[in-house]
Parts: sequence; C-alpha cells; structure tokens
Amino acid sequence: MAYDKFNILTSTAVPLPIENVDTDQIIPARFLKATERKGFGDNLFRDWRYHSDNTPKEHFVLNNPIYGGKILVGGKNFGSGSSREHAAWAVYDYGFRCVVSSFFADIFRNNCLNVGVLPVQVSPEFLDTIFKSLEQNPKTELTVDLPAQTISIAGTEHSESFAINDYKKDNLLNGFDDIDYLLNIKEDIQQFAQNTPL
Amino acid sequence: MSKTLFDKVWDSHVVKRIENGPDVFFIDRHLVHEVTSPVAFLGLKNRNIKVLYPERTFATADHNTPTRNQHLPVKDKLSANQLRALEENATQHGIPYWGLGHEKNGIVHVIGPENGITVPGATIVCGDSHTSTHGAFGAIAFGIGTSEVEMVLSTQCIMQPKPKSMRITIDGALNAAVTPKDVALYIISKLTTSGATGYFVEYAGEVFRNMSMEGRMTVCNLSIEMGARGGMIAPDEKTYNYIQGREYTPEGTAWDKAMTYWDTLYSDSDATFDKEITFSASDIEPMITYGTNPGMGIGISNGIPTAEAVGGGAATYEKSLNYMDFNEGEAMIGKPIDFVFLGSCTNGRIEDFRAFASIIKGRKKADNVTAWLVPGSHRVEEAIKEEGILDILHESGFELREPGCSACLAMNDDKIPAGKYAVSTSNRNFEGRQGPGARTLLASPLVAAAAAVTGKVTDPRELMELQEA
Ligand code: SF4
Repeated sequence: MAYDKFNILTSTAVPLPIENVDTDQIIPARFLKATERKGFGDNLFRDWRYHSDNTPKEHFVLNNPIYGGKILVGGKNFGSGSSREHAAWAVYDYGFRCVVSSFFADIFRNNCLNVGVLPVQVSPEFLDTIFKSLEQNPKTELTVDLPAQTISIAGTEHSESFAINDYKKDNLLNGFDDIDYLLNIKEDIQQFAQNTPL
Repeated sequence: MSKTLFDKVWDSHVVKRIENGPDVFFIDRHLVHEVTSPVAFLGLKNRNIKVLYPERTFATADHNTPTRNQHLPVKDKLSANQLRALEENATQHGIPYWGLGHEKNGIVHVIGPENGITVPGATIVCGDSHTSTHGAFGAIAFGIGTSEVEMVLSTQCIMQPKPKSMRITIDGALNAAVTPKDVALYIISKLTTSGATGYFVEYAGEVFRNMSMEGRMTVCNLSIEMGARGGMIAPDEKTYNYIQGREYTPEGTAWDKAMTYWDTLYSDSDATFDKEITFSASDIEPMITYGTNPGMGIGISNGIPTAEAVGGGAATYEKSLNYMDFNEGEAMIGKPIDFVFLGSCTNGRIEDFRAFASIIKGRKKADNVTAWLVPGSHRVEEAIKEEGILDILHESGFELREPGCSACLAMNDDKIPAGKYAVSTSNRNFEGRQGPGARTLLASPLVAAAAAVTGKVTDPRELMELQEA
C-alpha cells in the first residue's frame, strides 16, 4: 500500500511519557475486525482516549487541544506486544508520520517502516529533553531530517542523530515498499525454493 | 566456522543479502488467520497476483470466533464477515482452510505442531506475535505484520535484518508445582518486557532438555513477551518422536533426508552468542503477575514490590497498580478473584488440561468464580474427552467450551467485565487485553486451578500436599 514519501519533517509534537505502551493500547483488539485498511485513526488509543460511553477523557493528551502535530513522542519500549500492523495503521491514519522514543519493540518498528511511519530512536536523555521542552512550551517544534538522519528541537542547540539502514531509508525517501523489491527478484526466489529441504 | 543453532537455520534461508539493509529471507511455512490477513489478500488482488506457494500456506479461523455453538452461524456481523473473507481468499488461492467446525481447526500455534506443519530447521511465520511457539521444534518462527503477510503470500519471502543472538541457560531441577509457564514468567520478570528486544533466544540447559514438547512450546511462546523476536530449542529425540507420522511431516526417504539436516541443528560448542544469561532452576517458584505487563511477575508467595525495587518509571508503575487496584507491598495470596481462563496458545494444550484437572479433581468450583476453559484445538478437545478429563471437569462444576483464542484477546464475546479479576493462563495482562477494564493475573494452569476451586489467589502447593496426605 502506497504511503507518502518522507523527507524532512518539521512539526509540533504530542507527548506520551508512558513506558511500555503496548499495541493493545494503541489499538484494542475489538477494532481489528475490518477487512480493509480504513478508519483506524478513529480508534487510536481508544480506551485511553474515550470513556466506555464514547465521551472523550479530558486528561488524555490526544484530547488536549494544546498539543498536536505529526510527531508522536512516547516513553521507553514503545509498541510492545502484538504484531498487529493495525497499530501502525492507526498511528499513520491519525496523522502521525513519525514516532520518537528511546526504545521500540521490534515488530512495531518494522510495521511502522512498512507503512510509512518513521520510528526515531533517541537516547533516554534526549527523550527527556524533548518531554521537558514540550511541557514548557507545547508549541515546540521538532525537525526530523531523514536524509541527514538527525532530529532536533527547533530554536535550540539540541540535536541528535538516529540510525536507520540504508535500504529502509531509501524506501521511505521514495515511497517504495518491500513487495515491489521482492516481486522484482521473484525468479531468484523460485530458484532458491527448489533447493530448500522442506 | 562455528555457528549457533539460530545461525544455521537463518543463514540457510537467506536468498540474498542486501548491503547495509535486510536479508531477503525465505519462509518455508506460512500460517494465516482471519484477523491479520484480509488486507494482505486485498493487496494481492490490487496487484492482480496469486499466492506463489499455496502448498506452503495454511489457514485457520481462531482469533475472532465464538467458543460456544460453533455449528450455528456467527452472530457478530463483522466477525462473520472476516471469517467469510478468509474462506473466500483461501478457496480462491487454493490454500487449505480449516474453518470453524473442521476437525483440524484450532488456535494457529496449536494446530501447526499437531499437524506436523512445524518441523525442525524450518522457517515459519504468521501474522501473530506468538508464532515464536514453533521454535520449540528448533524452527525459526516469528510474528510478522500484515505488509509482511502480503510479501510472503506473493513471494514467500520477507525482508529482515538478522537479529542478534542470546542464550538463556537454566540448569538444575525444578521445584514442585513449577511448570514451564512459571519458568517463562520468571525469565520475563528478570529480563523485563524489553530485555530481549533485538535478539533471538536459544533456551539451553537441563530444564529445557527435560521439558516435554508442550512445555517447550509454552516457553518459546512467551519469548515475545520479553521483547525477543522468537525463541528456539535444539531438536532432540523428543522432538522427532513428537513429529513423526503427523500429516505434513516428511515420510520415508524424505524423512531420512530431513534427518540428515536436522542432525546438524545444534549450537556448536564454541559458537558465541551476543548475550548469555543463566538462571538456576531452584530459584523458581510458581509465579503470578500483579501488574499490566508480563514482566510484572513474582513468586506467588511474595508481596507486590515497590516502585523503587522494580526500577523504571515510577509514574508508569503507579498507573499500572492503579489499574489493578493493588498497592505496593501487598501479598498476592488470598486476593479474591472473579474469573479463571484456561486456554490460549500458551496453555491450551492437553498437558495444561491434565494439570488443571489434577488440582480440581475431587473439589468444587468456587461459587464466586466464572471459569472459561477453552481447548486450543479440536484435537485437544477430543483428548480431554478421551482421557476422562471432561468427566472430572463436570463433576467439579466446570464446563468446557469450543476451541479458539477466546479471552486471550477478547475479540469475541469472551470478555472479562470491567474491574473484574481473572487468573489467566494466557500471555498478556495488558490493560484491557481481556476486555475493557479487565484485570488479568497471568499464571500457570496449576495456579489457575487452585484459584478456581478456592475463589482466591492460592498457592497450588497447598492443594497438592493435601492431595498427597
Ligand atoms: S491464543 Fe492469544 S496469543 Fe495465541 S494466537 Fe490466539 S490471540 Fe494470539
């Protein structure tokens, strides 16, 4: 599924300073019944965002009009738990293009990269600085520069570089996905398959 | 060059290595279920391509299915729709589909091994994180996202950087009432839920060698809960005995040929791991969780630790205990509970039902407890009946449901009500995992059984001693 290319993103950000945010919180299982990839953003963080009668929970950050933007900043070990790609879809569909944390769960990170959300892993200290900046000034902007692999807090000296492998970086910059790549080498794969023991 | 078990299986499945990028990784067997596959099949449709190797693909319905009256049409419209989509997709692409009521139907990670789809040295994926279960047979097995499901359907490959390797060794003899589930919960409590992120784990040592295949499955199943992509155990006689003669296991000369490969599947004695961890079996007691992630587990006779003792974010810890309505320092033993859930791909196999029955036999279900006992598959259900376990359950006031994931993820009607406490043999105690507002205590089938007959958190050793006396 095609997604928007990613290059340099400057945006305000939404802080979620909670650790071990799992994919059951990002999108609860009861919203996984769709057969199409549509509308998952409405249920992003559903049970933290809404009471059981569907009225918004005032204190949850997505319901706080002070915060907004295309970058979600989460606590350590973001995206643990289930492999549901629906979590990454929900993040993307809600309007986020980048998630920042000091640590990501593997499958979630992978899923993000596959759907056009850039996971940016920063040091715990830098994460702390971002949270503090957002607390002091909710309009603080972050700049995520994919070509240069840096993230910085606008108007300050604070900046850090982040890692991403060249292949995935190229994909995100160009809006490519893995399936295109694999289909291109299908003959190699079929050759390989003939020699597998199982 | 010396290699780990993991290296051997991984390296032999790399179609192509991309410099500074992932490996193009070949998948031998692909398991598909109704929840994470529809969008992937839609992708194939949009590209107008067919499944490349339908004979390497197997489909079952489990996540979103009722555990009662499976012979009737599924009432929930969205669920019915998803099941229909899978059936249509499977039929259209020539994939075997074991839907509701089919004799081979059950939870995807229970039926894989049952039917011999899971064999040593294979690479197995499924759009479900607990695919790690199949590592018990010396396979590399892990969960993938829907984009990757689409990749495997269309090209039988995914693109993955090779994970780092970790070995967890536990020697010594396990204490009474300590089950494979306790061993796993113990490891996760020590490593935390992110302690093995980026790694693929090999379990080694006496404890795992002595474990049954089902026990090994329980341990490998829970690898994902410490952040690991998967876990594996070197195949041995037990493994071969288990798989021989199952429907999709190789036979005759194919078996002999496979055996020559399987015999090479162990970590060379001088192979090095990126990380080595050892524990001692005698330190492990029956475990239970008190918080909202599987790393928040303690020996059942202990008190809930303080935020300080646990380390990590105090605010996150407080949020978790608030959700559970527990306090630091409190004992777990004696806490009243409302529900018991025996089932899931972690503990929904026949040995789990045997363990449960061993405790409840001759006792009665506590009046304050609602118990959902859900076999992992029809085969398990059959065995429960054949072995007379069903009679024991009935005599004690329990009923048996039909197979499926059920309250493990509460996508169907089996939802623990808000605020209620459930002792569950499943794998996740996240907020709302078993229903909005539900409070989950993860434990072994023995601990679940003890809670089911006493109505509160109870050390199973007490009941076992009683039985012996
Ligand atoms: S039982 Fe639970 S963990 Fe296992 S496959 Fe089903 S939902 Fe996933």
